Amino acid sequence: RSHPEIYPLVLTVKTQEIFHCRAEDDVTDEQPYKLINKETFFEDFKNRGAISDFYPVKKIIQEYPGDELLLVYDKDFKYGLNFYLIGTEEGKENYLNPPEVPEEQEEQKEHISEEVYVYKPLVSKPWVSLGSEKEIEEESVKESTKQIKYMISRKRSKFGAPIKFSDQNASNVKDAYIECTSYPDKNFTLKQLEKDVGMQVVPQIKDTSTQTKWTYPKNATTQYYPREFSEEEKEAFKQSKPLADFLDNMSVSVEIALQQNEITNTFIDDWKCLAEEEGTFGDKTDTYLKEYQSFTDLHSPTEKMITCVSWHPTIFGLIAVSVAERLSFEERVQFSGKLLLQPSLILFWSFSDPIHPQLMLESPDDIFCFQFCPSDPNIIAGGCINGQVILWDITAHADRIENIKSGGSRSKKATLKPMFILEPESNKEAMYIRHCAVSSIENGHKKVITDIHWLSDTFEVNRMGSVFENRNGICCQLITCSADCTICFWDIRPQKISTPQPTEKKKEESIEIPFDVPSTFLHLDLSWKPLSKVRLSKGETSLDHCPTKVSLNEEHLLYKTQDKALAQSKAAKAGEMNPYQNLEGGIGDHLKPIDDFCTKFFVGTEEGELIYTDWKMERDPETGRLMTKKPVSLYTVHDGAVHTVQRSPFYNDIILTVGGWNVAIWKENVTIGPLLQSCCAPKRYTSGHWSLTRPGVFYIGREDGFVDIWDLLEKTHEPALSQNICITVITYIKPWTLSSKQQFIAIADYYGTLHILEIPWTLSHPSTNEISSVNHYFEREVKHLEYVEQRKSIREQEKKEMELEKEKKKVKTYQKSKEQIEAEMKIDYDSYLELEKTVLMNLGLDKVIEKMGVMTV
Amino acid sequence: MVNLGSPPAPRRSKGADRLGTSLPGSRAVPGRGEEVEETLKRIQSHKGVIGNMVVNAEGIPIRTTLDNSTTVQYAGLLHQLTMKARSTVRDIDPQNDLTFLRIRSKKHEIMVAPDKEYLLIVIQNPCE
Repeated sequence: RSHPEIYPLVLTVKTQEIFHCRAEDDVTDEQPYKLINKETFFEDFKNRGAISDFYPVKKIIQEYPGDELLLVYDKDFKYGLNFYLIGTEEGKENYLNPPEVPEEQEEQKEHISEEVYVYKPLVSKPWVSLGSEKEIEEESVKESTKQIKYMISRKRSKFGAPIKFSDQNASNVKDAYIECTSYPDKNFTLKQLEKDVGMQVVPQIKDTSTQTKWTYPKNATTQYYPREFSEEEKEAFKQSKPLADFLDNMSVSVEIALQQNEITNTFIDDWKCLAEEEGTFGDKTDTYLKEYQSFTDLHSPTEKMITCVSWHPTIFGLIAVSVAERLSFEERVQFSGKLLLQPSLILFWSFSDPIHPQLMLESPDDIFCFQFCPSDPNIIAGGCINGQVILWDITAHADRIENIKSGGSRSKKATLKPMFILEPESNKEAMYIRHCAVSSIENGHKKVITDIHWLSDTFEVNRMGSVFENRNGICCQLITCSADCTICFWDIRPQKISTPQPTEKKKEESIEIPFDVPSTFLHLDLSWKPLSKVRLSKGETSLDHCPTKVSLNEEHLLYKTQDKALAQSKAAKAGEMNPYQNLEGGIGDHLKPIDDFCTKFFVGTEEGELIYTDWKMERDPETGRLMTKKPVSLYTVHDGAVHTVQRSPFYNDIILTVGGWNVAIWKENVTIGPLLQSCCAPKRYTSGHWSLTRPGVFYIGREDGFVDIWDLLEKTHEPALSQNICITVITYIKPWTLSSKQQFIAIADYYGTLHILEIPWTLSHPSTNEISSVNHYFEREVKHLEYVEQRKSIREQEKKEMELEKEKKKVKTYQKSKEQIEAEMKIDYDSYLELEKTVLMNLGLDKVIEKMGVMTV
Repeated sequence: MVNLGSPPAPRRSKGADRLGTSLPGSRAVPGRGEEVEETLKRIQSHKGVIGNMVVNAEGIPIRTTLDNSTTVQYAGLLHQLTMKARSTVRDIDPQNDLTFLRIRSKKHEIMVAPDKEYLLIVIQNPCE
């Protein structure tokens, strides 16, 4: 730069406006400069600070000696920018008054420079400060503070000497440490003046908490009784008006509600009631009994018939059958010698083995009826043809029959070989079991025992026939009826022996008892006497009723379950074994008599009568002896011996009797007659039994081997179904339920074969409400009978009335006719007189008329 | 002046006062006590009715046809239930009130007729 005092500047339009040096407006070609006061610059600096365009030359302006500075508009950009400032007075003067010489010099210089370039060595000129050293000065770093000098001196001997360090707690010595404790500096405490918080309106809530003091658990009990009114207060209430008004008001609505319920049950689901039970097992159309199995004893040398059948109460598939000789009385007498050698048996058949019976119970003579003891199926009581009662105890063989498995191999062998090859030893499985005890021959029945029953374990009977509670919890009494017209009660417990006589008797008759016979009933053997005898006498005549079957009332008492459990546990504790082993403990206890126990029962007789009688004995006032009461009622409906008297398993007071050629159904305490009496069937009925699951169904066996199945809901005048089972007389029918899906019926025939048939679904499953329907039927029948009775009495009355009427009529006509006759006579007489008069007149006999007239008066 | 005294107070007729009739041979109007008995007997004679009872506002039985322990149990429980039912009805609509409560169970139907002071409870077996 040839002119160091020139400071080129860029001036923005704004600056130009402020300084009034707008290009082309304020500064033009004629006057391209402007003189600006220093103060203006300072103001600009104050206003705009660093952004002022003159800031780079601020120092120049500040040091400028004069007051006004020259600002020149550099249109041609001679010095690079559009304005320049002259920084010195001289410069200013030069510009304003430019000397001519420099101009000429410049012209000359230009000329000269064109011609010759002369080297001129550089001459150092004195440095002209342009302000750069100020920048450097500003940028350079200088020590602002004076440096401190420390001089530390020490004795030379101490250098390198061993040093001993020791610990010192800083807090002990004062000023040993300098602490910078924290302090709340107000500069840094920020006070939050605004805070964003969300709010919600909630209902007033209250929080409380407690802490319970827990010491230790203690048992606490509360005993209370309800508040009650005394009788006087209740009476007072009865008389009060509010109560009467209340009842008057409320009884209306209550009665409406009660009647609503009587009219209809609104909660019945009719849809559900329409449907029968869930899907049937098996074919619904199948109504026939299906043959399942049949058992025959192939080893018996003579022809046998089956007299009684009983299913084992607990073991599945085990059935016991009593067989007897198929001989008439004369034949029995004839062959009596032969018969003695052959044992009479009760055979136990199992489903798994149709050829070999599992057990064979021996008895001295043919058994005509037997029954398993309900409380212990190992005790069996049977009635013999000679009037003895037989007892068996098969406890020892119980495990044999319990674990019967189907012996396939055995039966295969057996079926191939014909009968005569089979030796008796080959059936090792069947064992002969001797009877345990038999009753005394003199004191028992004299003729065949036709029915035997165990008495329920809820009661006991004594000699008088009075009923007591049974503390043993087991069945210990039997009832038998026999063709010698007596019904006996037996007790299997040892009687209290008052006289030593029986023991001597026992000694005499002590027979060697085989070792394998259990001694359960040893006390009874051959000396067993009945507890009491009930004779069914017909009154004055010596002929008595001959009972064939007995049916007892099986109504269970309202025995408190605790007592029963107690009794059973007592019995169990008594010996910790089978209560039947220890029967002596039962007798002698003071037993509580049971009041209002129905001691009446039904008896069917050989003559076809059904007797309803009482077993309680009464004392004859004249002789002082115990006598049986007279029967309550007697009905003769059957034409032959009654062989079935059975109570329905569903209704305790409905009894089925079968005998001769017809069937009758009775209701206890309905004395008018049977509810149903069928008409005579074409063939004799020989056996019968109620169905165990359907209340309206019963099975009747006929003498031609047919089974008639009656369904009271279907038809009551004839059987619903008739099916042929075998070719001979059916002697016994016994159905049994093995499971909910299987029901079997055992049918025994005269030729000794036992047929087991399966009862189809339709016959074994009751429809819904069958019990109530059949109940309704019976009730209707009862009502019908009562109506008939009523009608009978009404008819009687009507008859009487009619006769009275007749009598009355007769009398009346008689009276009437008498008067009429008199009147008629009088009229006749009058008319005769008239006639006489006229005749006499005609004859001219007037005198006579007068005479006549006088006479008549 | 004879002091006649106050006229006799009108006798409040109570059923107990009419024990005997003044005129022989005339049949007395049934006293209140008998009316009460008659009403309850009439209700009892409906088909299927097992028992009935009248209970006061506190749940103490006044009259009953069942035995004591059963009565006390029914009275206590049904009284509480009726109170609850009534309060429920009134909570929903304070203008409303409970008129009749019928509880149907598998075996019976229990009908409760509530009042301000008493409850009439009838137990019926509706089906056959």
